[in-house]
Amino acid sequence: MDEEATLRIASTVNGRAVRSLVPVRQSLVDWLRDGLGLTGTHVGCAHGACGACHVVLDGRVVRGCLVLAVQADGAVVGTIEHAGASPIGAALQDAFFERAALQCGFCTPGMILQAAELLEADPAPSREAIREALSGNLCRCTGYHAIIDAVETAASRLRA
Amino acid sequence: MKAPRFDYARPSTVEVALELLAEHGDAAAVLAGGQSLMPLLNLRMAAPGLLVDINRMAGLDGIGAEGDGLVIGAMARHTDVMAHPLVAARAPLLVQALGHVAHAAIRNRGTLGGSLALADPASELPACMVCLGARIVTRSLAGKRVHEAGDFFHGLYATARRADELVVRVEVPGMPGWRQVFLEVARRHGDYAIVGLALAVRGAEMRAAFCGVEPAPRLLRSAEALDGLEPMASDDAPPEYRRHLARVLLRRGLAHG
Amino acid sequence: MTAWIGRRLPRAETRRLVAGRGRYVDDQAAARGGGGESHAAFLRSPYPHAEFHFTDLEAARAMPGVDAVLTAEDLVGVCRGWTCPDLVYPGLVSPEQHPLAPGRAAYQGEPVALVLASTRAEAEDAVERIAVEWEGLPACTELASALEPGAASVHPGLASNLGWSTQLGTDLDAVFAAAALVVEAEIGFARVTGVTLEPRGLVARWDPSVGALELRISHQMPHQLQLHLAELLGVDQARVRVICEDVGGGFGLKMHVYQDEMAACAASKLLGRPVRFIADRMESLMADIHAREHIVRGRMAVDAAGRILGFDVDDLQGLGAYSIYPRSSTREALSALHAVGAPYKFGHYRARLRCALQNKVPTGQLRAVGHPIGCAITEALVEAAARARGEAPLAFRRRNLLAGADQPWTSPSGARLFGLSHHACLERLEAMLAGVDAEVAAGRAAGRCLGLGVAALVEFTAPGARSYGASGAPVAAMDSVAATLEMSGEVTVRASVSELGQGIRQGLAQVMADAMGVDAGRVHVTSGDTQAVPHGGGAWASRGAAIGGEAAWRAGVALKAVVLRAAAALLQTVPERLRVEAGRVLDEAGQDRMGLDEIARIVTLRGYELPDGVQPQLSVTAAYRREQDANLPNNGIQACLVEVDRDTGMVRVLRHWVVFDCGRALNPLLVEEQVRGGVVMGLGEALWEACEYDAAGQFVSGTLADYRVPMSAEMPDIAVALVETPYEGSVVGAKGAGEAGACAAPAAALNAVNDALAEDGVVMTALPITPLAVLRALGRV
Repeated sequence: MDEEATLRIASTVNGRAVRSLVPVRQSLVDWLRDGLGLTGTHVGCAHGACGACHVVLDGRVVRGCLVLAVQADGAVVGTIEHAGASPIGAALQDAFFERAALQCGFCTPGMILQAAELLEADPAPSREAIREALSGNLCRCTGYHAIIDAVETAASRLRA
Repeated sequence: MKAPRFDYARPSTVEVALELLAEHGDAAAVLAGGQSLMPLLNLRMAAPGLLVDINRMAGLDGIGAEGDGLVIGAMARHTDVMAHPLVAARAPLLVQALGHVAHAAIRNRGTLGGSLALADPASELPACMVCLGARIVTRSLAGKRVHEAGDFFHGLYATARRADELVVRVEVPGMPGWRQVFLEVARRHGDYAIVGLALAVRGAEMRAAFCGVEPAPRLLRSAEALDGLEPMASDDAPPEYRRHLARVLLRRGLAHG
Repeated sequence: MTAWIGRRLPRAETRRLVAGRGRYVDDQAAARGGGGESHAAFLRSPYPHAEFHFTDLEAARAMPGVDAVLTAEDLVGVCRGWTCPDLVYPGLVSPEQHPLAPGRAAYQGEPVALVLASTRAEAEDAVERIAVEWEGLPACTELASALEPGAASVHPGLASNLGWSTQLGTDLDAVFAAAALVVEAEIGFARVTGVTLEPRGLVARWDPSVGALELRISHQMPHQLQLHLAELLGVDQARVRVICEDVGGGFGLKMHVYQDEMAACAASKLLGRPVRFIADRMESLMADIHAREHIVRGRMAVDAAGRILGFDVDDLQGLGAYSIYPRSSTREALSALHAVGAPYKFGHYRARLRCALQNKVPTGQLRAVGHPIGCAITEALVEAAARARGEAPLAFRRRNLLAGADQPWTSPSGARLFGLSHHACLERLEAMLAGVDAEVAAGRAAGRCLGLGVAALVEFTAPGARSYGASGAPVAAMDSVAATLEMSGEVTVRASVSELGQGIRQGLAQVMADAMGVDAGRVHVTSGDTQAVPHGGGAWASRGAAIGGEAAWRAGVALKAVVLRAAAALLQTVPERLRVEAGRVLDEAGQDRMGLDEIARIVTLRGYELPDGVQPQLSVTAAYRREQDANLPNNGIQACLVEVDRDTGMVRVLRHWVVFDCGRALNPLLVEEQVRGGVVMGLGEALWEACEYDAAGQFVSGTLADYRVPMSAEMPDIAVALVETPYEGSVVGAKGAGEAGACAAPAAALNAVNDALAEDGVVMTALPITPLAVLRALGRV
């Protein structure tokens, strides 16, 4: 069989310039994890249903399993490892910790990135708006209630 | 699971993309937003020889006015369509419908053209296009074709688009004086619709199209026309269920504010 | 003297998790850059029942990156097969299982071949090239007909598909015949599964030079797994090390002997190379244990004064193709039957159980094992009785809930009940529900279809050794804690209870802090490594606080005694005149004499300062087993408010309330959200979740689009109030907390929907309650 098709890509990941040779079939999340060792982004389903693989691609939260690594060529990628660099990300991390808004923690990176995108657009979301914004992020451990609390808390601190 | 092997091309112009499609035909798959294709690849339910990634082609994602209507590029992302003031003003149906399309991260990536080209029977946007009387423009090396939305959707995942064509834009006519409403029944927020209704009403006139009822949406101009629906069957949603929901949604849509 | 137990503290270790610095099993492997690992992918049976033979393996072996393609015969002599004999269930039919099915697959998803390759993608490429000839056999998947004559045999040579059956209790026909009221209910429960967000996964490293296995795995009980691996791979126990770092959820599914996991370990041993297997979501949904497939019929007799006389239940349980090893698949049904009627006082009980084999993945223990089933049938009967008597459901419950004065009490089902605060919980719930009745009435008057449902619960938690020890299963009911005083004055704790996200490490830190007299922030708890601490049960049946907490208390007390003796020797006094507070040794006058850090430094670095003959042991290990009380019952009551859309059949959960008593709550912040998480899982069972098979026996819930778990948009805010009745038989007083939310939520939701639909004369009898079923019941479709 032929050699596997690969492509050389250059991206900015968490503020760092990165060059990689990636198989064209590799997903963005698999590249971040296996290629760059950024294992904070998780794989929960690989078919776009759980949100555990959320990363920020050119300023927008995307499912890392539904984007190819080669599509990050020339792009700016942000992951949970870098979320604390922004005031919103840091506020969410603090609030999730303090409110115990996580149990196993596998969903948390995706939750935090999605919540950060919400707070960028809406600094004072209602609980209903938070529930809607996070509706594509599966948490199997908590009752979501603490997560909604944590996002509310982070939002109110950021407004203060 | 991991995607099977494929070759990958990422043309920077429509012309190059069309050459690739002309050369590879059915063996090529077009990667637009990828929010439906990527799951199929990851489940190994699709195994294209070549993936033609059209995300690098400039000029296909515009949203603008044309007459009293809209022109929306095929690569316009759902998030951008939803947030655009022109869309809210001229085709509020789309804004409502997109609120039912999956979740924020999917809408950040998914595209209008991709959704229309896929023609999932449960998908909201094809029904909207039929309701709105939109025109879907495809291109191949042989030139441009303009399809009335009502003629574009042929059945389950089947459209008038030929394998050598790309959907390049959608023209949505202005519908001044029409009240527009999108309603849907889904098991969970963002799930595929069991049944969805795209409805426009002006006085005694109505234009309705459903998703999740027939393999392809078609325009219905009266409540009585629902009698002629031939709903799809599935284990969890038999035809009589879909028909019932269609009637409920139409009743609600007509009564709606 | 509790300063730390009971405080609402965040979990120290979650700082890592919110920063994306978790160490889940696949992260370990990824961070190590492969390290010469082979990635495993399985060929699984696409048929529910089929014989097969391989016609070509060479094409797969020739694929790029492939290290090996293994079938059952390759693993003969490497890993032996297993059955699930159970001394408590004599006659349980339990055919032998193998890591890879040898020639016949008995359920869809059963692994039949294993490919090892440089990447998972390449392994999957090669799986597609394995040439197999399948010969489909008649399959039995539907539960209702599994025991009927003429049903297809699940395994060749079986006289019937009956896996086990029993009768419990006594004859009560006369009681029912004479009763003023007999109500009946039937509920069908769909198969559900755990869906831990982190799938099962492992990295197995066999070291051929010393004949030892190091296994990193996402698992609930490393010590138990160590025993299984030693036994099945034929290795000395001490040569097997099992390490579980961060575990992305368990819920009972990561504690069984799985064929794919054994095959991956066996392959590592056979080939002498590391093997990584990370289940994907499709194989998780298809081949993780399923649970809760039951058809239960119940009757309840009530006297003229509205007092419950007795329960009569019949349970038909779907087992799957095998009895899951080592706990057996029948446990769930016994647990369900044990829970029938448990919150109430009654005089008569009879239960009949039949367990049916099926050509489906085996069922096993899932969060709240069986209790949701026992609770749902009980509470459906209770609501039906209240309705038949025309009284408020809470009034009927108040009359029948077991009172404090009645306890301890052994119920006719054999359940021993004590320390339960039903009436206090009921009062608390009534206070929380103030105004809700009026809200419902007003909503109904406005045409809304609202329903309020209630469910009381008793959950039997933290079982003692009788539960599994007596059945011959290698499942420990005891736990160990090793505590060390460090030279910084911090205490490191290594525990055999496992952290799956429930927060038990934080709970143990708070227990240790009180036992030792140090700040909880100075206690660091690790767990999940068989080499770090002696044997213990891990995480099952809500035992971490009740068993592990007690072990931690004992270790802390013992370590403090060591420290005080050392301090006394140094200060030329007696230990009785000293005490430890906030990491300092104080004398009787309250004078600060020295820090624990200083004691540890002297003992470790400046031993010459100690008097002769003083040898302080700054590491102590304590093990705890409870000697009395087979289980620790907890109790609670829940209410659920729903709105049904009569036109679409959709059910919306508007609000949910919980009052819960888990004894001493080590950390209410964590307990409350654990309860909420259980409620959400229970609401999932009530309204969405189902492992469905089509008429041909094909599994059709293979993605998370098809297997619908509750997401944030569907879930309401959930009010939780705790009532604390500490367990009197232990020092800490904790009972199990983590599963109770799941016990009563399905019952409360079912009762709520049936309350909403009562005026339509409709009773829903199957979970999940689908909109289509509602419309059919209403005659709308």
